[in-house]
Amino acid sequence: MCPQATSVQTRPSRYLAYARRSLLVSIWFAILTFPIIVIRANTITGIITWRWHNIGWIIAGTFFGSWIWGYFLERKRLGTRAPAGPLRRRITALRGALDRLKQRPQVARMSVVILVLAVVAFPFLGGMYQTNIMTTALLYVVLGLGLNIIIGLGGMLHIGYIAFYALGAYSYALLNFHFGLNFWLALPIGALVGGLFSLAIGIPVLRLRGDYLAIVTLAFAEITRLVLENWSGLTFGTAGIRNIPRPAIPGIRLTLPQTTTFVYFIMIGLVLLTIFVVNRLENSRIGRQFVAMKEDFIACQAMGVNIARTKLAALGLGGMWAGLVGVVFAARTTFINPASFTVWESIIVLCTVVLGGMGSIPGVITGALVLILVPEYLRAFAQFRMLLFGAILVTMMVFRPGGLIQKRRRAYRITAEEQKVVAESGDLSIQG
Amino acid sequence: MNYFLGLFVSGLTRGSIYALLALGYTMVYGIIELINFAHGEIYMIGAFTALILASVLSIAGLDALSILVIASLVAMIYSAAYGYTMEKIAYKPVRHSQRLSALISAIGMSLFLQNYVRLAQTSNFLPFPALIPRFTFLDLLPFRASSAQFVIFVTTAVVMILLTFLIKFTRIGKSMRAASQDKTMAMLLGVNVNRVISVTFLIGSATAALGGVLISSFTGQINFFIGFMAGIKAFVAAVLGGIGSIPGAVLGSFVLGWTESFGAGYISSDYEDVFAFAILVLILIFKPSGLLGRPENKKV
Repeated sequence: MCPQATSVQTRPSRYLAYARRSLLVSIWFAILTFPIIVIRANTITGIITWRWHNIGWIIAGTFFGSWIWGYFLERKRLGTRAPAGPLRRRITALRGALDRLKQRPQVARMSVVILVLAVVAFPFLGGMYQTNIMTTALLYVVLGLGLNIIIGLGGMLHIGYIAFYALGAYSYALLNFHFGLNFWLALPIGALVGGLFSLAIGIPVLRLRGDYLAIVTLAFAEITRLVLENWSGLTFGTAGIRNIPRPAIPGIRLTLPQTTTFVYFIMIGLVLLTIFVVNRLENSRIGRQFVAMKEDFIACQAMGVNIARTKLAALGLGGMWAGLVGVVFAARTTFINPASFTVWESIIVLCTVVLGGMGSIPGVITGALVLILVPEYLRAFAQFRMLLFGAILVTMMVFRPGGLIQKRRRAYRITAEEQKVVAESGDLSIQG
Repeated sequence: MNYFLGLFVSGLTRGSIYALLALGYTMVYGIIELINFAHGEIYMIGAFTALILASVLSIAGLDALSILVIASLVAMIYSAAYGYTMEKIAYKPVRHSQRLSALISAIGMSLFLQNYVRLAQTSNFLPFPALIPRFTFLDLLPFRASSAQFVIFVTTAVVMILLTFLIKFTRIGKSMRAASQDKTMAMLLGVNVNRVISVTFLIGSATAALGGVLISSFTGQINFFIGFMAGIKAFVAAVLGGIGSIPGAVLGSFVLGWTESFGAGYISSDYEDVFAFAILVLILIFKPSGLLGRPENKKV
């Protein structure tokens, strides 16, 4: 009873304090944004426009914004110690019910069936435009999962991942242009090129760690893009390569909508393959070496893991996926040029991994879907979508730094029966 | 020979601008180990604030030199305020989470600020007024050097000297050095680390804004996207010199500036950026912690 009494007592004064702080924050922002928001100078015509009404929006927006921000920061700081309100209790109850529901085998089976039906029916219900967007999102799912091998498992910060994607796309486009190679043969070649190139740039940077590695990978990606742009004899420069054939089934003529659907299913297949491989990888000997290397470099070395080999394996395995989907990208858009492979693309892939939850497969998939689909559907606010996107990234990192779906650490729980067996055998050392 | 000297001066100018930006990167990194991706955006905001102010003042009828001085000062103050606010919103709450979350937060901030300026101002290139007066004595030199280049170099040199003084001999400088060596220990000894971090952001942002104003009056045009590439180049310069080390950032900036200008002048201007990145890779292969960086000795 006592805590409730004090909270009632302090509540009005606390709200007053919040309001005062929010007011100060909004005045600060009004001053801060004044030159850029209010004045618009056109240096060509020499006309200066004063847009005073904007300052009102800023004050109102930051006042409420800072109130909400402060409230949630406080909640985050208190963590689980925060007094549970009625809403919180209801959510906890709902979550518990959901968890119980998930454990039933029928429910699990049903949800798999629904998911499969939804995935299969999507291109037929959604139309070509929606299918295309979804295919893009799926491309990023595979890219995210591939980069996840390097960052989430191997713990190496890589911001040049898009280079391998570019090389995959160019290897299909060029091999097709010169030798008429078809899509299906190009797929493994693209993967090989991506993987080998990733290995090749990995060798000189084996000694680098952390941020040094990050900037070098970025440098390599930029070098790749600039070479693609300037070596016109080989790559046709900024003009790019046109008329790359779409994927085809020999002997069957597909119309454009049919090809779109076909590419969608190819991507679904690749996503499933990636999930399968990454999942197997995580539990394999080399996958555990990756995680060990990420968790503690020196201890891992002391345990006899060959760090150089492990690092290269992570880079090679990661680069492969980018090369693979690069081929699909080239085949889908039928036109590629170096402008599609800028640093920003690498950064977006990095964001899918971190936003979704590093190291967690469902996390990375969710991250990629959210990050590609949200801006796509924010087109209603076309002007503001990149602004909102930036704000969302910051907010997410402040309030949920581990990502949307955090990786659960593998933990072995000793069941009651096992405990009994241990106790009966008289070997107590395990329990200690 | 004159061609060589011309390239030398152009490299020096670039190096000076990179140095003004790289300082912010390296100081922030030295203390909170964060790649402040939005640092280039602060530079861009500095340039925009100066442009807006210069247009207003020129209508009020001031002469070019006083416009330049007032606009630069106000741009520095505003950018410092932006840097300070940015740290409070986007970096302070993630200081204790994993490193990558702070990086993503910085990337989000960078996107936000770019689009904020794009929406509030324009997405086109704006001509930046030529504010730097013409010095006639530069015409006597045997090679081409504009007065803007001269001003840029002199300003950078003055800023470097002031900053060295600040870090070496003042109380706040001492706290900064302490915090970059060991934050916890500094805190135990009574250093207000939050304040040190804020001051670092203030100084870094102000020098970045100065760089933005100077380079814009040299190149003559700006848009909302100029911060991105400049930021990446300055970061490359900071890493090249050994990130966290202030003399390293300056040295790295000049090495980068000269590599670019000589590479473009003697080999091919198409591959200018390739030279910048290639020198980075080369130096890091042979010296993995940069030119003047402390080698990383990790204890178990």
